[in-house]
Amino acid sequence: MNIPDNLYYTKEHEWVLIEGNKGKVGITDYAQSHLGDITYVELPEVGKEVKQFDSLASVESVKAASDIYAPLSGKVLEVNKALEASPESVNKAAYAEGWMALLEIKDESEKDKLMDAGKYKEYLNKLESRD
Amino acid sequence: MADKQSLMENSSNLKTTPLLKEHLKLKAKMVPFAGWNMPLQYEGIVAEHNHTRTQASLFDTCHMGEFYISGDAEACGIESIFTFSLEDMPAGKCRYGAMLNERGGIIDDLLVYRISEDEWMVVVNSGTIDKDAKHVQSQLKGGARFENRSEKLTKLDLQGPLSRDILSELLAPDVKGLKYYTFGYFDILGEKNIISRTGYTGELGYELYVSAGKAVELWNHLLKDERLKPAGLGARDILRLEMGYTLYGQDVDEQTTPLEANLERYVNLNKDFVGKDILLKQKKEGIKRLLVAFQADSRRAPRHGYAIMKDGKKIGEVTSGNFSPSLSCGIGLGYIAAPYTKIGEKILIKGGSAEIEASITDRPCYRKSSLKN
Repeated sequence: MNIPDNLYYTKEHEWVLIEGNKGKVGITDYAQSHLGDITYVELPEVGKEVKQFDSLASVESVKAASDIYAPLSGKVLEVNKALEASPESVNKAAYAEGWMALLEIKDESEKDKLMDAGKYKEYLNKLESRD
Repeated sequence: MADKQSLMENSSNLKTTPLLKEHLKLKAKMVPFAGWNMPLQYEGIVAEHNHTRTQASLFDTCHMGEFYISGDAEACGIESIFTFSLEDMPAGKCRYGAMLNERGGIIDDLLVYRISEDEWMVVVNSGTIDKDAKHVQSQLKGGARFENRSEKLTKLDLQGPLSRDILSELLAPDVKGLKYYTFGYFDILGEKNIISRTGYTGELGYELYVSAGKAVELWNHLLKDERLKPAGLGARDILRLEMGYTLYGQDVDEQTTPLEANLERYVNLNKDFVGKDILLKQKKEGIKRLLVAFQADSRRAPRHGYAIMKDGKKIGEVTSGNFSPSLSCGIGLGYIAAPYTKIGEKILIKGGSAEIEASITDRPCYRKSSLKN
């Protein structure tokens, strides 16, 4: 399972790449593999304000429909429009072409409530041993 | 990410087919289905769907039930059990239909195989085997013999445009002569048993019956052919949905009649059967709701339980829905109030935050299949 070192992670399997006051958001490799073939991504409106862990977007796969939560509070600056035509990018490149939204971060200290790569890896190991 | 709806459940206390170890070797994702631990997918649902539509796939359908009935065709009461007629079926013919309760509700949808003048095989859904066996036995009379062979007999489905080539090259050259909805006895790895030209995918395909002890050997023998790949319940569910085939327990059950379920062509009202009175009454008064297929204007998938709306008013509910890889849009089945069931009628499907514009379509949604090639 691919878990890049430079990202922060939520318990619901979202990632955020923090660069200055901006945060790029997507779902993890574990999430895309668990969901299976992704067939639709509902992106938020640009300008929408979200609180940390509130619903930000939703994805549908041939198995299920799932909510995607905001890893940090902020305002949506940009969304990945390319996913409307090719949602399978989330399966193919969850940390690259599969990104969903770019947020203007309100409060960077909120990242203390997220996991770094090491902690997320431990968290996944626990989940998988439970399965 | 949080699942709103998922096929995942707890997997303890489930029944298993003889192929469980083979599925695990192939790294299948296993899920509970109607009390059985079954493969949801191997490589991936869309890949398996596409492979079935373009080449051929092998499905474990060992969980389904088989009953053998023998007796005098007129005296044993078998005709009154099913909605379709049996008396005009020649030996070697299969027929699809339903058996109903006294209220006209569907106890199960099933296939009957006429083996000879006085012997039939009935193939039923896995989740309904016990109640079906009880019902069939309660209706039989006049020296009829009934045997539930569901544990001893297993079944594999070989489906896809290449299935005839694969089957005739690897197993039984004579299957080439089998016509749609007929069956014959073939030498299946040393065992004489039934192969029928039937299936649940809409493609050219076959169902192969062997004793439980032979299932693993047959599975591995067929999969030696590189054109053939295993496919799971996930692909099977989308394939059947693209054809507008109903799934028992989800689209039809004891609360729905075959008229409401749009299965009237599998009902013969010129013969007597359990539940017929209710169907005649419904026909006279007009049915209030009808199962229809619909296609979304977008990639968004309708899901079981979503509301179907028209001009702000709820007119029905989705029973099955998913994304169709063949059509690249959402598709589904659902019951809609009778006045709104015209082909082409625009509807709005609502569930959670989703609002999906769709229109009612003719069945099947997918029309390019190899079914009758």
